[in-house]
Amino acid sequence: MTLQTLKSLADALAQKKTSSRELVTDYLARIDARNPAINAFITVDRDGALAAADAADQAIAAGHAAPLTGLPIAHKDIFCTEGVLTTCGSKMLANFVSPYDAHVVSQLKAAGVVSLGKTNCDEFAMGSTNENSFFGPVKNPWNLDRVPGGSSGGSAAAVAAGMIPACTGTDTGGSIRQPAGLCGVTGIKPTYGVVSRYGMVAYASSLDQGGAFAHTAEDCALLLNHMAGFDNRDSTSLERAKEDYVRDLALPLKGLRIGLPKEYFGEGLAADVRGAIENALAELRKLGATTVDVSLPNTHLAIPAYYVIAPAEASSNLSRFDGVRYGHRAADFSDLAELYARSRAEGFGAEVKRRILVGTYVLSHGYYDAYYIKAQQLRRLIAQDFQQALQHCDVIAGPVAPTAAWKLGQMADDPVQMYLADIYTIAVNLAGLPALSTPAGFSAEALPVGLQLIGNYFGEARLLNVAHQLQQTTDWHLRRPGN
Amino acid sequence: MALSLEEVGRIARLARIELAPGDAEATQAKLNGIFGLIEQMQAVDTTGVAPMSHPQDVVQRLRPDAVTEGDRRAAFQRVAPEAEQGLYLVPKVIE
Repeated sequence: MTLQTLKSLADALAQKKTSSRELVTDYLARIDARNPAINAFITVDRDGALAAADAADQAIAAGHAAPLTGLPIAHKDIFCTEGVLTTCGSKMLANFVSPYDAHVVSQLKAAGVVSLGKTNCDEFAMGSTNENSFFGPVKNPWNLDRVPGGSSGGSAAAVAAGMIPACTGTDTGGSIRQPAGLCGVTGIKPTYGVVSRYGMVAYASSLDQGGAFAHTAEDCALLLNHMAGFDNRDSTSLERAKEDYVRDLALPLKGLRIGLPKEYFGEGLAADVRGAIENALAELRKLGATTVDVSLPNTHLAIPAYYVIAPAEASSNLSRFDGVRYGHRAADFSDLAELYARSRAEGFGAEVKRRILVGTYVLSHGYYDAYYIKAQQLRRLIAQDFQQALQHCDVIAGPVAPTAAWKLGQMADDPVQMYLADIYTIAVNLAGLPALSTPAGFSAEALPVGLQLIGNYFGEARLLNVAHQLQQTTDWHLRRPGN
Repeated sequence: MALSLEEVGRIARLARIELAPGDAEATQAKLNGIFGLIEQMQAVDTTGVAPMSHPQDVVQRLRPDAVTEGDRRAAFQRVAPEAEQGLYLVPKVIE
């Protein structure tokens, strides 16, 4: 199978070599063939997709196609989609049909994309393996005994397995970059505030950010062009002029300074992952980049601070699920208090409950300063580390995860062990910086390894440029899994 | 810091999550593992460091105090477990 990118499909549509209906029918057939083994989709919107494809073909024939008209994509099942199930991977919302579209969904619709359905994820985006989904774990297409990463595991696996050329995702502590790395696709998390959170079911509001998965950096740039932008309905959306994320893709890398944080190459990094990252860095040097050692001394504090801030905000955000206005309601209760407590006990999975309980505790009377304020202070120290480092380099590079994809079930009973695996991604969310993962070769067991590139605020175009140039001279992003 | 079983019960009540009998001990062990991780924060002196809530330190926007949303009550109540005549139904709270 040749790699089908959004760009190549858009060109084929423009040259009338194919139709949107043909593309959508082809991808639906791939989903039918591969999804039973991989479980990347929670909902496949067959009828909606075919109807949208026909409308797209009519628009193309009439000569008023939008930039992405007729291209198939899918959405992480955390984005509200009007008329289509939005479950967040939870029993709580197993029957929830959203009455409105998320900003990202309506923006992409306006750009012409056809949504084929909703991808599996950890419940309410809480997890690093996609094992916390009420709809069952997603399998890594490279090895069905391995996790795809999380929380946007379904999005990454669907792209990796060729079930969809591109997909949306969200990243609160690494949930786009880590599954992109573990599945061998490209995934970008923009600067906090660049992509509207309206209609993106909230986990940790000061960290959540929407982004994109695709095979190539160029495709991610195409999608981001339509996802990013100010939205009045998100109170933390940034008022900035529209950007063209494609504009710098072709820039040469000569003179690029890449910072290598020593904390990202120390103890805990698997030798095969280190080897792959060093190979990728050698390729970037061949393209004219230089590397410089930098330090992010507060890296070790990122996980503790995150596990205060994220659960605190989650406990507040998820208080809306009360069994009254939407979502699961328990069958047996004797009064209102029992209705709430039972509906929430039945509707939420174990990890979501744990994070709500941790968040409830740290926000409870008398503990706020010791936990939430303290974590926000550490957050500033972590953000300052990046600003220090970025005085000596243009981008920061390192691994996305300390190992390649691990076995399903391996850490399922040990939350703390699982949290520690996010050591290289979480600090980026705390600082609110943009970052991406691009394929960087394979582990000793032939599993994908991701190279993480971190930029300064609003440096998305530069990051996409670096990844694109790397993808012009390497073929890691072109390799396909057998499944 | 370690949470007692009593504290676990108190938090669960505050969070409106019923703990099944026998679940409290397992929950307690897992939560204490997580708090063990969190406590590493306390080793750092953060005196004088301003807490950071938004990376760009932006303030909340203001808007005119005007109605911007239309009435979509029927659409929103269609997803409610139980609604009748525009009202959400819950067990009686006032005798």
